Amino acid sequence: MPVVTKPDVPAVKDNRERFLERAMSRHHYSGDALIEVLHTAQELYGFLTPALLKTIARKLRLPPSRVLGVATFYHFFSLEPKGEHSMIVCTGTACYVAGAQGLMRVLEHRCAKAGSTSPDGKMSVQAARCIGSCGLAPAVIYDGKILPRLTPDQLNAELDRIGVK
Amino acid sequence: MSVRTLEIDGKAVTGVAGQSIFSVAWDNGIHIPRLCHVGGVSDVGACRLCMVEVEGQRKLVAACMTPVEEGMVIRTNTEQLLAHRRLIVELLFAERNHICAVCVVNGACELQDLAASLGIDHVRLRYRFPTLSVDTSHERFGLDHNRCVLCSRCIRVCDEVEGAHTWDFSGRGVNSLLISDLGEAWGESESCTSCGKCVQVCPTGALFAKGKMVSEMRKDRRFLKYIVTAREKHEWVR
Amino acid sequence: MTFEDLLEQQAKEIARQQGLRERIYCCTAAGCVSSGADAIKKAIDEEIKARGVGAEVECCGTGCMGLCSKGPLVRTQSDGTIYAAVTPEDAGALVAGQGANLLADRKLDPQADFFIKQEKIVLANSGTVDPERLSDYIAAGGYQALARAVMELTPQQVIEEVKRSGLRGRGGAGYSTGLKWELVAKQPVDTKYVVCNADEGDPGAFMDRSILEGDPHRVLEGMAIAGYAVGAQQGYIYVRGEYGLAIQRLQAAIKQAERERLLGSRIFEDNFQFRIDLRIGAGAFVCGEETALIASIEGKRGQPRQRPPYPPESGLWGKPTLLNNVETFGNIAPIVAKGGDWFATIGTPTSKGTKVFALAGKIENTGLIEVPMGTSLRTIVFEIGGGIPEGRAFKAAQTGGPSGGCIPPQFLDIPVDYESLHKIGSIMGSGGLIVMDDTSCMVDVARFFMDFCMDESCGKCIPCRAGTVQMHDILQRITKGEANENDVALLEQLAKLLRETSLCGLGQTAPNPVMSTLNYFSGEYEAHIRDHRCPAGHCVLPAAASSNREVQA
Repeated sequence: MPVVTKPDVPAVKDNRERFLERAMSRHHYSGDALIEVLHTAQELYGFLTPALLKTIARKLRLPPSRVLGVATFYHFFSLEPKGEHSMIVCTGTACYVAGAQGLMRVLEHRCAKAGSTSPDGKMSVQAARCIGSCGLAPAVIYDGKILPRLTPDQLNAELDRIGVK
Repeated sequence: MSVRTLEIDGKAVTGVAGQSIFSVAWDNGIHIPRLCHVGGVSDVGACRLCMVEVEGQRKLVAACMTPVEEGMVIRTNTEQLLAHRRLIVELLFAERNHICAVCVVNGACELQDLAASLGIDHVRLRYRFPTLSVDTSHERFGLDHNRCVLCSRCIRVCDEVEGAHTWDFSGRGVNSLLISDLGEAWGESESCTSCGKCVQVCPTGALFAKGKMVSEMRKDRRFLKYIVTAREKHEWVR
Repeated sequence: MTFEDLLEQQAKEIARQQGLRERIYCCTAAGCVSSGADAIKKAIDEEIKARGVGAEVECCGTGCMGLCSKGPLVRTQSDGTIYAAVTPEDAGALVAGQGANLLADRKLDPQADFFIKQEKIVLANSGTVDPERLSDYIAAGGYQALARAVMELTPQQVIEEVKRSGLRGRGGAGYSTGLKWELVAKQPVDTKYVVCNADEGDPGAFMDRSILEGDPHRVLEGMAIAGYAVGAQQGYIYVRGEYGLAIQRLQAAIKQAERERLLGSRIFEDNFQFRIDLRIGAGAFVCGEETALIASIEGKRGQPRQRPPYPPESGLWGKPTLLNNVETFGNIAPIVAKGGDWFATIGTPTSKGTKVFALAGKIENTGLIEVPMGTSLRTIVFEIGGGIPEGRAFKAAQTGGPSGGCIPPQFLDIPVDYESLHKIGSIMGSGGLIVMDDTSCMVDVARFFMDFCMDESCGKCIPCRAGTVQMHDILQRITKGEANENDVALLEQLAKLLRETSLCGLGQTAPNPVMSTLNYFSGEYEAHIRDHRCPAGHCVLPAAASSNREVQA
């Protein structure tokens, strides 16, 4: 029988705790490994809650303010839950030259500002610093899939299709 | 201790090996402006106000981070340096909401003194007027982010002298913010020992003692020298 | 593994490959993957299985073949032809060996300028070896340079070889690699580190990513040679968190190399040991600055610190640390294998070797190229790059990302080397080269880069933290027609302040895009300010008459 993973049932939660513990023990609970541990924590939980940061601080024997300082310095880490879907607009120079700003304006108008999630939790909008697909500029990554050479009209159509108001 | 002889602003001075330009200058009555340096804790070279010219060097150097060398010829007060310092202070005034007239340290604020000594009577830059909070949850002290210049003195004194590391910065760039513990209110902090060292080293009215009225608060930094001397030399001298 | 084992493996793999009727290479670098390369590889694999020709035809993924805009690309080994815009439906023709006939319209001309004007050292294996198979790299002569270094040369001789090559750091600043190595080697300390800076962050640059994805072992080998030369036993690769595929391939490559004892202890039966670990970045451009990168590896906020001391004296955990960029390490194995003198024959007197560029923007052939140092910008843009699409006019080429400048048409014939680019207000940078046509507004370009620097400023020093915000504000007001001449004067003062007083390179170079556009395109600034007009037609400005009133904050 295939195993269905449900994100919030307790059994799975225990597993996540174990995985996090394992990541910390692999680095001998060294404070130097804070960024690696935060990566693992975010992979497991999707975002970093205060409780999670507190646990990590205690286990790595670091001051809590330093843990939060690191978690908020790097844009990769998120302290808020992600939306149901995500749109990452490449804002690298090639995409900028090809009109990424127009795409960002559409998303900011209809969903949320870059780095945040729409109030209804439907869409997270992010800006990426060059996704390395400069040949496909301007590009947007929608739920991990690249939408190449996108125009604002096409993006609007895509948002309609997804059901964004 | 080996001695270094050098020249600062035309004056022949001596310092010891390893001593910073900044410290040698101050020992000799040449007061290079600074905001992030405070005697007794480590230096970070963040405010860039103490940048000086060293003859023969292409780039300006931060006096607090540069050890003196034999034969150095240093200028601390050229027109260009003054222009840079003025602009840095203007940048600070425009960055947050520094309203001296309603500040507890009005008249005894390092930022205000800097502006006065540099002859800044207006700011050419656009004020950003960010919306920032005031945290008065602590029993004895308060934190007003509007007046914070992000010098990190409080972080260093809390970490290096008190050993609590209650403070740190969150975010980055212009969004950097002083935080205690996991960003909860200062009064809720588990690590804070309420020693008040951070309040005393803060150059502005960002960290203040409660119960003081406008212009009433005066900061006393002598305690830091007392503690550091005691720790390093086992001499308890006021 | 001994040197003999290595040669034996090489011979065996070459013989195996020659025994095949066809080897089909699918470009599986990021650019082609995003245009569907994975599906093509799958279709070809299935086709091979369906036809039962697994013994004679093989399909493998490779690193970037260069011409990203024409992707997905597929190359057939038997005749060396590259096919553009391949679809999964083409799998049958390719496996049957009918590509030359059935896909004739999509064959790329091997004599095209794009191919013949390039010279590949770092990218030599990119597109011809499967980055996921160590044996492919060994077949191409891989790890023989490391063997030579460890078995035949003393550390000092390796450094001499690198010095003789004249190689300069490819991360941007261009410091002599050999001198840097010597500095680290000289430190009388037991514990030293070798760090590879793969935190490529310039917007519009994907050279390092392509090298890591296309030829990861090359970088590992370069680092191991460096470790031997400077006396380090531990290496770190600091990779951008965004580079998932590169991370995956590096992890696999490290495992393979360890298994074959090409990394680890007793490398080539010698007493030399060297381990490499990955450190994954978490989205901070400033971590490309060496002291910030070190802070980040130590698990801290990626804030730079004052130099000196420089990392070769005091770096990671206070130990002597050799920090080089991906492309720099990519040059090491060929230099050690073929000798520094060979390398020094390529390029210009002061800038030796080749440089990899990521071509992007308003250019026909978007992609990854490698040219000898000293190649003219004109050759790169118009011959290799195929010129500007839609018959538009070349306006500027931007090199060096947010630390670089915009090069106007009058400098198209300058040779691309460290000194020449510096002279005209730009820098070599890490290799992003973005072409702009007459629809790009240079004021807005300056604003774009300042926006980037503002967002990426770590916030430690005041000039960069608050200065980038003010410069951005002024530039934004210019593009909106809300600025006056005083603002430009202020902009120049801020630029000078940032250059001269910022703590690290990010702040010191942040004004470069502004200064170079002010220098070469001052007319555009004037048009925005005085006439409320954007010559490129990019910015939306209010009509001149109504815009003189105070704009509300």
